[in-house]
Amino acid sequence: MALTRSALRLFSGRFTQACQVRGYADAPSMSLTFAAPSQVLYNNISVKQIDVPSFSGSFGILPAHVPTLAVLKPGVVTVFENDGSTKKFFVSSGTVTINEDSTVQLLAEEAVPVDTLDISAAKELLAQSQSQLASASSEVAKAEAEISIEVSEALVKACE
Amino acid sequence: SQQVRGMATLKMISIRLKSVKNIQKITQSMKMVSAAKYTKAERELKLARPYGIGAQEFYKKAEVKDEEGEKGQLIIAVSSDRGLCGAVHSSIGRIVKTDIAANPNTKVVIVGDKVRNILQRLYAKNIAMVVTEVGRKPAVFGDAALVAQSIISSGIEFSKGKILFNAFRTVVSFRTTEMPLYSQDAVANASKLPVYDSLDSDVIQSYTEFSLASLLFYSMKENATSEQSSRMTAMDNASKNAGEMIDKLTMTFNRTRQAVITRELIEIISGAAALETKN
Repeated sequence: MALTRSALRLFSGRFTQACQVRGYADAPSMSLTFAAPSQVLYNNISVKQIDVPSFSGSFGILPAHVPTLAVLKPGVVTVFENDGSTKKFFVSSGTVTINEDSTVQLLAEEAVPVDTLDISAAKELLAQSQSQLASASSEVAKAEAEISIEVSEALVKACE
Repeated sequence: SQQVRGMATLKMISIRLKSVKNIQKITQSMKMVSAAKYTKAERELKLARPYGIGAQEFYKKAEVKDEEGEKGQLIIAVSSDRGLCGAVHSSIGRIVKTDIAANPNTKVVIVGDKVRNILQRLYAKNIAMVVTEVGRKPAVFGDAALVAQSIISSGIEFSKGKILFNAFRTVVSFRTTEMPLYSQDAVANASKLPVYDSLDSDVIQSYTEFSLASLLFYSMKENATSEQSSRMTAMDNASKNAGEMIDKLTMTFNRTRQAVITRELIEIISGAAALETKN
């Protein structure tokens, strides 16, 4: 029965508004806009699920998730697309907004596909940031080095 | 004395002609440079638009409104350091002026020298901060983050705010637009905020700070594209006008040259005729 309902959704587009009250199996897909200042990864694309790393914990976003705002931590964002494929991206920082109408805006400062990461470069960056922290003198320099360590640790983790 | 004036005028015209030809070469090359910069800026803008539009969504969906408070207004005016780009800077300056006249309790953060020059004379005490070295290279997120950080650390408080910039429409047109800016208190009091789950003031603060940088970045990108396309049009018009001047001056030059030759001929001939009749 779920099959015919999804077939109905495929063909009738707007007319499914009337069918939406049936239950979670029919919950509308959510529309994701995942962008960085210099590139667009998803622009109002309907997806099944998004896993995001945030400062209040990593969580998965499904359609009809409760609206919320969160700040992104350096880590991996996994997008589960409607056709079943999964894509992973490393994000450095940013914000995620989930609105009442199930639209999600994932704004990352930098986002790259995980398979473009080089683990040796990531490990080198980690070593560099650790030595930076050791030689840091002021509070600001210490904080910057700690941020650098956090990002490089997440990078190394993402490569593994 | 007529003949002396003829020669002198000829020299003056040729000097003028040479200088206008040089100006035309300069404006043509400026147009080429602007065209190249415009192509790049437009490409980057296309990539930045989903980001910029996405950054405004929350404020629309949560129906955030300006605070009712008395802390005044903050205007961030986005322009650049370089001129010869048509009405790009003056349109922003004009709107800021009318706004300050309507709301005297306004602080302005100016990005770019040109708008500072416009506002300096009458509204110097409303200028809170000026950002320079803008416009030479395309803006990156780090630049916007730097400006946002300075605004935040300066502790400027406001009840309502806006970013004024030129939104790019087409190669030949741009529109001076404003994007609303909301203070943390405005967000905290938004009508639909209770719908949003598990929010504390830390999250709201981080969110508003990041979105200030994002919105600034987006407005810088739009403004840069508008500026380059406007400069392209302005330099193209200047080259055309210079071309018209060159045509007119060349005509005058040739006519004057022929008049000088004719005068000399007349003198020679009348001199020769006078000698003959003497004989």
